[in-house]
Amino acid sequence: MMDRKKALELLAARITDEIVVSTYSTATDWISIIERPLNYFSSGAMGLASSHGLGLALARPERRIIVLDGDGSLLMNLPTLVTIGRVAPRNFTHLVFRNGTYEANGGHPIPNPDVDFEGHARAAHIGKAFTVDTLDAFRDRLDYILHEEGPVFGCVNVEQGVIGPRSYKDMYKAERRAALREALGA
Amino acid sequence: MNAPSTQPPGKLRGATVINEIKKAGVGYILSVPDLHTSTGLLRPLSVDPDFKHIRVCKEDECLGIAAGLTYGNIRSLMLVQYTGFLYAMNAIRGVAIEQKLPICMMIGMLGKEPGVPPQESRRFGLRIIEPILDVLGIQRTCIETDADAPRISAAIDEAWRTSRPTAILIGGRPEA
Repeated sequence: MMDRKKALELLAARITDEIVVSTYSTATDWISIIERPLNYFSSGAMGLASSHGLGLALARPERRIIVLDGDGSLLMNLPTLVTIGRVAPRNFTHLVFRNGTYEANGGHPIPNPDVDFEGHARAAHIGKAFTVDTLDAFRDRLDYILHEEGPVFGCVNVEQGVIGPRSYKDMYKAERRAALREALGA
Repeated sequence: MNAPSTQPPGKLRGATVINEIKKAGVGYILSVPDLHTSTGLLRPLSVDPDFKHIRVCKEDECLGIAAGLTYGNIRSLMLVQYTGFLYAMNAIRGVAIEQKLPICMMIGMLGKEPGVPPQESRRFGLRIIEPILDVLGIQRTCIETDADAPRISAAIDEAWRTSRPTAILIGGRPEA
């Protein structure tokens, strides 16, 4: 198990022109580390980060899309793995930060903390799937996360972060979406 | 809001609907199968080389995918049954409406009586669709026959011009 924020700091240090899609607690950690127009915050409906990412991957094939999902979030849209496995975007990496809880909603456990996300991804024909438990293992996977032909799926086992109210108001501002469109010339 | 044509109920051909979708410049079809549009619309759309087709597992996926596609200015059409529209309500609220995105929903009105306006249907699930759309503030039009079909491309163009979602109710069952 690792500290999610430390893992995200390692990823942030390697990011260049990728579009990073994040959601809930992972998003609040991400935005505290790195501000950039190419950040996309999945808002409006829990669970859809990977669906937003899939649309972005198809819309912007010249860019790598990296989705920073949560385990509670992914469970709300688990069939997304089947859709992604079928569409198979080559520029797509889906990371689920697994802490076994709905951290953003009070830290309640997910229905089954023993769920095998990597196994689900493989069963959905996302063959490039892995699980990492330590910061060193995550660091070793960074090239793969950033450059391996997709779709890539990674389950990153992390410790539970701070439970408590987090503000999403700033990250959900329309100005951020406009900035992303401008950066992409869309 | 456009009223559907009423008397007499004419035919709605799938080819007419598809021509309108093409006219509107739609590139992606995002679908969950619906018996109402299955033969006349979804099957021909799924093999038409002018479209990329993604079969999703559940309707709310469409909202995320369609939102992402807008970042490449790619028009998509979500093709679902009215029950799927109801299922995806929170995503429609949170993604399409609150983010002011031009998400275009084509909604099959399975079981609607030919020529009968949706709000006068005997089926509860169909009667509530237009009032729900009105509460949500989503523009809507109902396509009953070929004569209504020009509203399809107009609705999609308007959605993109105003960056707002739109709902195209397929009242008549499209013929192959």
